[in-house]
Amino acid sequence: MIWVNAILQGVLLGGLYALFAAGLSLMFGVMRFVNIAHGDFIVVGAYAILTAIVTMGLPPVLGVAAVLVLMAVAGFAGQYVVLNRVLGKDILPPILVTFGMSIILQNALLEIYSADSRKLPTGTFETSSIDLAGGLAVGVLPLCMFLTALAVIGGLQFVFYRTALGRMLRATSDDPEIVPLMGGNNNRIFAIATAMASLVVGIAGIWLAMKTQFDPAAGPARLLFAFEAVIIGGLGNLWGTLAGGIILGVAQTLGAQIGGGFQILAGHLVFLLILIVRPKGLFPRMKG
Amino acid sequence: MANRILQALLALTILALALAPLWAGRADLRLLMEVLAYLALAQMWNLLAGYTGLISVGQQAWVGLGGYLFFALTILGGVPVFAAFPLAALLTAVLAVPTGWVAFRLQGAYFAIGTWVIAEVYRLVAAQVGALGGGSGISLPVAVAKSIAETRMGREYVMYYIAFALAVIAVAGVWLILRSRWGLALTAIRDSEVAAESVGVNTMRSKFLIYVITAGLTGLTGAFLFFQKLRITPDAAFSVNDWTAFVIFIVVIGGIGTIEGPIIGTILFFALREVAADWGTWYLMGLGALAIAVMLIDKRGLWGAIHARWGLSILPVSRNLPD
Repeated sequence: MIWVNAILQGVLLGGLYALFAAGLSLMFGVMRFVNIAHGDFIVVGAYAILTAIVTMGLPPVLGVAAVLVLMAVAGFAGQYVVLNRVLGKDILPPILVTFGMSIILQNALLEIYSADSRKLPTGTFETSSIDLAGGLAVGVLPLCMFLTALAVIGGLQFVFYRTALGRMLRATSDDPEIVPLMGGNNNRIFAIATAMASLVVGIAGIWLAMKTQFDPAAGPARLLFAFEAVIIGGLGNLWGTLAGGIILGVAQTLGAQIGGGFQILAGHLVFLLILIVRPKGLFPRMKG
Repeated sequence: MANRILQALLALTILALALAPLWAGRADLRLLMEVLAYLALAQMWNLLAGYTGLISVGQQAWVGLGGYLFFALTILGGVPVFAAFPLAALLTAVLAVPTGWVAFRLQGAYFAIGTWVIAEVYRLVAAQVGALGGGSGISLPVAVAKSIAETRMGREYVMYYIAFALAVIAVAGVWLILRSRWGLALTAIRDSEVAAESVGVNTMRSKFLIYVITAGLTGLTGAFLFFQKLRITPDAAFSVNDWTAFVIFIVVIGGIGTIEGPIIGTILFFALREVAADWGTWYLMGLGALAIAVMLIDKRGLWGAIHARWGLSILPVSRNLPD
């Protein structure tokens, strides 16, 4: 029963990883670009909600709204002002610019918030649970987190395949050189994609703040989890990314049953194993 | 003419460095060792990323492995220090073969993050090795350190010349590789992978070989770095900031895809650090901003821009058509 419970908790944790990964997957899908500072932006989101609710005392709904708007606007502006200038055939400039951003963000957070680990207190939300058959129980918070991941990915899927904006994003993903010929503006489309990704990053950051302890250096590990979920699931497939997150989450909770030191290691090893067996991931829909 | 002057300057610098124990104090010697070790790391990353386009964010894997293998060989295996250095480098290169076999399944930016994941795997595994202190690390026994020289000053001299040799091997090695037939292939890959492939360069094999060679030399540098520190922990050995982020910043600010670039970048990095290290987090933020600025203003970096503007070249590797 311990193992069944570990798997159940792992699936729910996978929801958080899918949230981490969705933004990364979206940006890669549209721009063929990996944001090294992705994890740090998630942590920025976590500190932002902490500041809004604990320091400024905003009501939760208002705090969440403020963080999400802020993240989306920052994403749009960052893409327009900086990243659009370095995107191109050469992959080094975007990697380097986001690496630089990662170092800047980590040290800025350290300067503002100190190195202490923090967590967003949520009262009874994090302690209540629902009993299932056979002595199993799921926490209300992890369950809501998982449902959020389902909603976010469903929402992105809807935007991508059912709206005019989604058609534009998919067209840019297929061939960024043709889209301008048809009257599209790549820079604007990229900025919109990053704004959407940043919104998801904000959501991920808020759940991170409620679910676990975090500190200014927590970003890189989140980037690696997000990356692993994307690769396991297969490029260009958002539901695959959810599956990737779940596989990673389950691997980690099962690894934790073996010993504390094995939690993260087990996740990485499962990722490498899948990379060896299925280099394109489990459900690829797009060429790398 | 300007090239000749710069070459003479380089020769003088090398001479001064070769004689450093005569003029430098203990603290200066320590700083120089670090500078030379970073120069070796920067040349290796530059050879990998600048010429084969393999952008690795996981070089800390090799630094850490080199260090850990050196400690394992000397402490557990009783191998003499001077045999342990080449052995640690060789074993690191051997481990790079299966590692590359996995990492090469990913391309471009995904390769970059994949190498980082693999470095994390090595870090987490190192933390599980109880015989080497697990997560809290291990110190080198005094006897091992004393085996290279009895006196403290003697040890400093020996260590300095190891660092000096490392940097010379790295710079001269890259220079010789690039001037060889194989270097021509690498330069072709740097300029256009498709074109290189079309004229018969086996790009995959060249890339893999460079990956393994740079891993070995980076491992050697790691062995030296932790021999000098006399203590190793998983977090220090596999630090992404110390062994990869700073190295990338050095190469990119100095000028990627040139031999001179990493030299200039290393000098600049340490000059900045001496001035600004007390600013702590602000210094690191400034470094990140500087790297971003280089990408936005001129991604060829300092030396790349100088070379393009004035045609200077201290260690020429390009071929000119005969008149």
